[in-house]
This record gives sequence, structure tokens and C-alpha cells, in this order.
Amino acid sequence: MPGANEKRVIVVGGGLAGLAASIRVAEAGVPVDLFSVVPVKRSHSVCAQGGINACNDVARQQGYSEYEHFDETIYGGDFQADQHPVLEMANMAPRIIDLLDRMGVPFNRTSEGYRDLRLFGGSLFKRTHFAGATTGQQLLYGLDEQTRRYESEGKVTKYEFWEFLWPVVVDGKCVGIVAQDQRTMQIRSFRADAVVMATGGNGLVFGKSTQSVICTGAAAARCYQAGAWMGNPEMIQVHPTAIPGADKTRLMSESARGEGGRVWVPRNKGDARRPKDIPEGERYYFLEERYPKYKNLVPRDIATREIFSICVNDGLGVGGQRQVYLDLTHLPASTHHKLEGILEIYKKFAGEDPQFEPMRIFPSVHYSMGGLYTSFAKGSYNPAEPRTKHLSGSGAPIGSAVGQGLLPGAPANAMTNIPGLYAFGEVNFAYHGANRLGANALLSCIFDGLFCGMSVLGHVADGKGAAGVAQGEYDRVVAQEEAKVKALTDNAGKGDSASPETNPYAIAKEMGDEMTEACTVVRSEGRLKQALATLSSLKERFKRVRLKDSAIWTNQSLLYTRAVGDMLTVAEAIAKGSLERRESRGAHYREDFKERNDDAFMKTTLAKYDPATSSTSIEFVPIDATLIKPTARTYGKSEGAVSTKAAASPHN
Amino acid sequence: MSTQTSAPTTGQPAGAAHNPPAVGRSVVFRIKRCQGPGQASYWQDFKVKIPQNANIISCLQQIALDPVTTDGTRTVPVVWDSGCLEEVCGSCTMLINGKVRQSCSCLLDAIAPNEGDVVTLEPMSKFPVVRDLWVDRSRLFHNLARVKAWVPIDGTYNLGSGPRETPQDQETRYVLSTCMSCGCCLEACPQFNKEEKPADWDHAFIGAHAISQARLFNTHGTGRELAPQRLEVLAGRGGVNDCGNAQNCVKVCPKKIPLTESIAAIGRAVTIHKIKQFFGA
Ligand SMILES: Cc1cc2nc3c(=O)[nH]c(=O)nc-3n(C[C@H](O)[C@H](O)[C@H](O)COP(=O)(O)OP(=O)(O)OC[C@H]3O[C@@H](n4cnc5c(N)ncnc54)[C@H](O)[C@@H]3O)c2cc1C
Ligand code: SF4
Ligand code: SF4
Ligand code: FES
Repeated sequence: MPGANEKRVIVVGGGLAGLAASIRVAEAGVPVDLFSVVPVKRSHSVCAQGGINACNDVARQQGYSEYEHFDETIYGGDFQADQHPVLEMANMAPRIIDLLDRMGVPFNRTSEGYRDLRLFGGSLFKRTHFAGATTGQQLLYGLDEQTRRYESEGKVTKYEFWEFLWPVVVDGKCVGIVAQDQRTMQIRSFRADAVVMATGGNGLVFGKSTQSVICTGAAAARCYQAGAWMGNPEMIQVHPTAIPGADKTRLMSESARGEGGRVWVPRNKGDARRPKDIPEGERYYFLEERYPKYKNLVPRDIATREIFSICVNDGLGVGGQRQVYLDLTHLPASTHHKLEGILEIYKKFAGEDPQFEPMRIFPSVHYSMGGLYTSFAKGSYNPAEPRTKHLSGSGAPIGSAVGQGLLPGAPANAMTNIPGLYAFGEVNFAYHGANRLGANALLSCIFDGLFCGMSVLGHVADGKGAAGVAQGEYDRVVAQEEAKVKALTDNAGKGDSASPETNPYAIAKEMGDEMTEACTVVRSEGRLKQALATLSSLKERFKRVRLKDSAIWTNQSLLYTRAVGDMLTVAEAIAKGSLERRESRGAHYREDFKERNDDAFMKTTLAKYDPATSSTSIEFVPIDATLIKPTARTYGKSEGAVSTKAAASPHN
Repeated sequence: MSTQTSAPTTGQPAGAAHNPPAVGRSVVFRIKRCQGPGQASYWQDFKVKIPQNANIISCLQQIALDPVTTDGTRTVPVVWDSGCLEEVCGSCTMLINGKVRQSCSCLLDAIAPNEGDVVTLEPMSKFPVVRDLWVDRSRLFHNLARVKAWVPIDGTYNLGSGPRETPQDQETRYVLSTCMSCGCCLEACPQFNKEEKPADWDHAFIGAHAISQARLFNTHGTGRELAPQRLEVLAGRGGVNDCGNAQNCVKVCPKKIPLTESIAAIGRAVTIHKIKQFFGA
């Protein structure tokens, strides 16, 4: 047990964000207690495939810069993100790659032994670093190894298979957590001077997604119900290229297109020939025709809407179904080799070899731009006027020194509205605005851990922390969580446990189906209202939910069911945000409000939870757009493309 | 994806490509269950109507929906471990029809194409059972710490890039680095036995995965700094000399990691290390 005055930090989550944070904090000499529902090496970050973005020497000599990376990210996010944090992230990116390289991450190499690069969506420059097609796995392992090193030195204590249940908030400050051992089912409290939530995304709210089964978003939902605000919950990324499956959808990374993969459908409706037998002239490479500049590498929200529209509106989907070809058959063996990780996945799960047969893919829920709302402390770069959009390839207007975007070590960076409670990685709403660019997520996770990790240290040094907080405060939260468990297990086996009405799996499935229908590619007032009604009836049914298992040892049924309740809360915040944002921006497309409306909505959606009514309220708060002026986001679209935006501006 | 003409590439039994799997068939899952440490194991059968493209996990999900055995007994859901569902996290390893592998990438069309086929599921036998199909693989991670499977960097300060590396060296390290700590190699190894007490872990056989990780870090420009310490551990009790060279490990590794190559390389390095020590170098 820690001494009463020893400073400690809790990190919840051992994906890239949580591990980077643990390493940074432990290195500074502050002990870390690291919680994860899975052994950290098995965290969802392991799934990431394509790569991680950063300006690099080759691109720099062609006119690219950290500043252009920053500009791309803001533009890609449709001017919805606060700008200073993004600037700092882009500026630090090359240093992050260097560090990962030093940790031994096997980045692909050029013949001269330098780090190889690939093209990714939303950029005209090669600025994505990669390790085969399993980059996330390799980065996670690099950080996992360093964490194990600190663990063996006693600086990090791991609590694996422990589930975060609730933050302990006393006098408005977070001073610890309550967690449960998923094996013994013991519930207990842990003190800390700061708590970092690095608990990832919430794909399971949509039933099937490209995410891991642990990505319920329940941890964030609990912080939300305990008083933390959410930012932009409605901003959900639907990735254009995934393979549908019985249990989940499996991603075919954007790197497939970055390496030359082409998306097409037969030009003639109902053309039943095998893809190989369809001549070039009868193939419709719709992304290339509609976006001559970015071609297959338009950002994800745009590619997704185009594919959706080709299948659903034009009926041109392969075999009349919701699927299009992602074709790699024309690429050389050396390129297939670089993509081996994902090609193996396709072979295993779809039973065909993408080297010889075009893959059949369709969009799927993938990533959450929104998350817990966090603050920041502006750095030193504060121009009198926002600049006009950066002209691609024109060199940097400012250097990339540390501290221009954010103030290093300032406690406010990445802190939620509850002092002492931080949010890092996918669960942090910052950086990606209304649409995330491919290969920017891994970057934001590690940036949070390393850069905002210093802010955690700043907070710990500043504040009184957990010292002197009465044990009773912790016991109260333990009692609250024990009562929740008791209410659930008391119900186990009662009544008709087979009835879908009260079956937790059935409730979750209905939630997932409804959210996917109403709250993904195309949204509308009527459909969203219907979804909200469905969600409230599911919430009612959840009150009578029947567990299948009352065991007091490793009761997965209990863990799952409790998370379903929390997911319903997140679902409501997503749906309400989608309803209130009466415009179209990035991933959020409203067929009843097709244009972007900067005056009313170039703002952060702030979701607040009211425990009295168990419901979400939405407000819009101003963003920091002091560095770049908003322009129309068209990616050089030509006639015939799905119209979502105003006229093209000269720079696009 | 049932309209394919080419044969699936995983575990497809010979000839099965000519007999397309029966649509809407039911398969019996015979599952070895155990309600917790120290409790007796028992078998239960569940009949599952197989959804399209089903893998083992989606069948377990079906069972969880309403767990009733084939003899009509209502029971508690089966407990299992899973994460990515795309064979990259290593969570879902178990014995399927007696063979160790990942349950997420095990497709029913390949292993049970006919009505009434039986599929047995058991927890891995080399690790303590937590409950049902979920085992505690802490020892596997502990053994990574034994060989100091990390690069000893000078901290997270900004110190420029790492060592340059040829594409050939990167290829070698990349393959070794895809080890997902699944434990298949340990389950299949005749030298790796179940050790319930953590106190015994440090002198029991370390396992092919850890030997291979030692090779990975010994090949890295900075990682080789710790090579003598790694080799010292691998020269000792439970080290590379405990390997009986049965080569079962390499046959079951889902990531096709050249484990016997790693074992041979580390075996040679350990010999050289010992000779150097003998001459006081
Ligand atoms: C298939 C796929 C491919 C991707 N490819 C790329 C790519 O190429 N490039 C890119 O930039 N991004 C990519 N992404 C996105 C990126 O992988 C994720 O955004 C990122 O890995 C999230 O990392 P994280 O650290 O925030 O969370 P995660 O890695 O999701 O980790 C969350 C952690 O929190 C823990 N946790 C959760 N809930 C609890 C709880 N209640 N109690 C205790 N612990 C808890 C979990 O155990 C886990 O350790 C991809 C995503 C997917 C799905
Ligand atoms: S070669 Fe060695 S490590 Fe591999 S299975 Fe045989 S005894 Fe075990
Ligand atoms: S070496 Fe192969 S079988 Fe062994 S743990 Fe690693 S991935 Fe699994
Ligand atoms: S669930 Fe990750 S390997 Fe099977």
C-alpha cells in the first residue's frame, strides 16, 4: 500500500495512449498503477494496420512541413477541432517517430536503411510511417516492452483484468478510482493524485464495428455519468473499406489504397461477370473520376458517402448488394508483401486471395472522433489574424519548436472538466474534429501520453491531490458499485430468462442495429428522433434486465450486462448530438441540412449528463479557430460527386 | 462470401471444397467446463445453428444468448477470452478438436461443414483455468521479463532516431516481432509443463516464445546491449538447454515465426557466451 503522502498516478487503459502515459510518468519518478481489462499487450491498439503520420526529411525537401500536416488535419476534420492542440501534435510527430524507432519498432526500411513511407488519405505527400500492415501491433509492443521494463523496476504496477467502475470525485476533484477484479469479482478503491482515462473507443455501441470486443465505451460513459462532459459525441467515423462478418466487421486498411489499391464497381447495373472478365472500359472507378486530385485517397467520410451512394442510391453495388471492389490485383508482389498483414486477414475470413481476386468491401463503424471533453493551455504561437488555408507544398510559415501549440506541462492540457481526471487517446475528443485522417489516431494517442503526460505531472506537483482525503469518501463509491452489482445479480435467473425483452444480449443487439441504421452515414431529424425513442424504451427494458449467471467468480455475464447499461447512455449522447447539430460537417451528414453552417455550428458539441433525469443535454461552445481560417472542404471534387459542401475554394 | 469458387485457405479438410458446407446446419459443441480454480471439470454439449461465415466465437455468442444443453438443461453461459477477433491479439487461444489455435480465426465451414458435426472446445492445458475456456497466462508474460525483452533506451527525451537498419534485418526482426503471446507454442511443447505456483516459474522451462524474443532484441542495434544478461538467463535452469528439439512449437505458431531457427541461434549464442565466460572475457 502506498504511503499516505506518496504521490501516485492511475492510468486506466493500456493501449498506446495509456502505455505512453505510464512510461512518461514513471520515468519522472512518480509511481503508476496501470489498469486494463485485458493484458495490456492485447489492447485494441494491436489492431491498427496502416501507419502513423509525421513530417519527415523526404517530404520536407518536397515542400511538406509539420505545418502542412497541421493544416491537413484541421481541413480533414472540417474545421471542427480546436487548433492549438493539433499544431502541437503535428510539430511533435517527427520526434515521436524517432522515439519509437529507438524503442526498436521494426519500421519498414528503404534500401539505404532509412524509414520507408507510404501515402495515406487526405495528403498529397508520403508522410505515413509503417511496419508492414500491422503498425499498431508493432507500436503497442514497443511501448509494452518499455512498460514491462519499468514494471520489473517497480515503477509501474499492473492491474490486468481489473475493470474501472467509477472515478472517486471529492470536492470536485478526482482523487482515485473504484475498480473490480474480473476474476475474483472483488471491488475496491485506489487512491491517486491524478487519474488518466485512456480507455479507447466505443464501437460496440453500433453492434458490429472494426473494433475489438472490449471497445464498449463503458469506462468513458461512467466518467460521463459521474459529471465529466463529452465533446462531439456524434462524430463517429465510418471507414469506407471493411469486410462484413458474423461477429464483427474486419478492416481493410487505407494503406491498401495508399499502396495503389483502386475502388470500382461494374459500370453496368447487374453485370454478373467475374471481376476479371470485366474490361477496363466497363469498370467505374468512381472515386478517381470524381476526385481527380486525391482519387482513392479522399478522406474517409467522403469515400464512405460515395460508396454508400453508389450502392444504395445508384444500385451499382457488386451483385446488387452493398459491396464494392477494392482491387489490388494489378500491384506487384513486393507491394502485396508490404500489405501481408491485412491480406492474410482477408484470406482467412473471406476465403479468397486478394492478390488474384478483388476484395469485396463496404463501410463500417470504425472510430470515435468524439469522447470526453478536455481543455488545453495555448502555446506561444498566436498570430494577430488566422492565416488563409496553407497552399500544399509551399513550405512552412513557422518552425516546429516545442510549445507553440500548447504550453508544455500545463495541468490544463487534456484534462476533463473534473480537475485531476484526464482523457488520453481515442477517448479524448480533441484533434480530429469532424473526421479523422488515416494514421493520425496512433499519433494522437502517443502524443497524449508523452506530451500531456507532462501535464499530469504538472497537476500532481501543483495540487494537494489525494493526501488527507478521508477513507469514507472511497468506501462510499465502493458501496455504490457493490449495490449496482447486487441489483443485477439479485435479478439473475428470475422470471423468463430466455425472453428477449429482458435479455442483455438482445437489448445490446437492438441498440446496435438502431444506432447503425439511424446514426452512421446518413442522418435525419425524423430517423434520429425515432432512434431516441427506441433508446429510451431499451433503457426501460434494461431496468428489468435478467442476468444468466449469478456466480460470484469470473461472472462475464455480469460484466457484459453492466457495460450494456453504460453503452445505452453513450448511444443517447451520440444520437442527441446528431439531432441537435442541424448541419453537415465531416462524418456527420444530415440529409435534411446538407450544408456546413459555420455561424451556428463551427463549435464543439458539449454533452452533459443530468443524474436526476438520467438524460443528456446538448450545448454548443466556441472552438479555437485562431490559426487557420475555415474554407469550403471539397478535396477538388468534380461534377457528379455527392454534393455535400459549398463551392470549391481556389486552393483545393 | 459463400458464392466463392476458390477454396478457403484455412484448415480446410481435403475434399471439402467440393462439398460446400450445408447452409442452416446445426453443429454440436462439446465444451469442457470448470467453474473455477480447484473445481472439477465436466463436459456439456450445446447445439448451435450455424450462422453464415461463423467462427467459433460467434457460436459461443449464440450459446451465451440462451445457454441450454442438448439434453435440455438450462445452464450458465460459457466463459471465454477474446479481443480483436482477427487473430492479432492472441486472447482467444484454446484447444479446438484437440488442436491449439485461435478460436476467432477458426471458421465453422472449414472444421464442421456437415449437419451434426461435433466440435470440442477445451481450455489450454498448460495454464491454470480461471473459468471454463479462460486460462491465466501471466507466466507467459513473466517469462518475457526474465529475458529482458526490451530495448534499454535512455528515456523518452528527444535524442534523434534509432540505428539505421537494412531492409533484410528489418524483415527478420519484423517477423519475430509479430509474436502475439498467444501461447500455442507453449501448449504444444513437451518440455513446457503447467506450473501453478509463480515461485516455480523462474526455473521452469521458459518457452519458445521467450527464446525467440531474446533473439529479436539481441539482433537490435541497441537491444544487444543486454544480450549477455539474456544469455545468462537462457544458459541457466529452464533455459534453452531444456528444449528437447521436438519442434512442435514451430508447427503450431499461427504467425509462422521461425521458432526452431531462433532456438538454434540462441543455442549457439549461449555456447559462445559460456566459452567467453570460461576464458574470463
Ligand atoms: C482495425 C483498426 C485499424 C486501425 N488502424 C489505424 C492506423 O493504421 N493508424 C491510426 O492512426 N489509427 C488506426 N486505428 C485507430 C487506432 O487503432 C485507435 O484509435 C487507437 O489504437 C486507440 O488507442 P487507445 O490507446 O486510445 O485505446 P485502446 O488501444 O483501445 O486501449 C484501451 C485500453 O483501455 C482498457 N480499458 C477499457 N475499458 C476499461 C475499463 N473499464 N477498465 C479498465 N481498463 C479498460 C483496455 O483494456 C485497453 O487497455 C485503427 C483502428 C482499428 C479498429
Ligand atoms: S523445439 Fe523446444 S521449445 Fe519447441 S516444442 Fe520442442 S521442446 Fe518445446
Ligand atoms: S511464438 Fe507463435 S505460438 Fe508462440 S506465443 Fe508467439 S505467436 Fe504464439
Ligand atoms: S480474439 Fe484476438 S486473436 Fe482471436
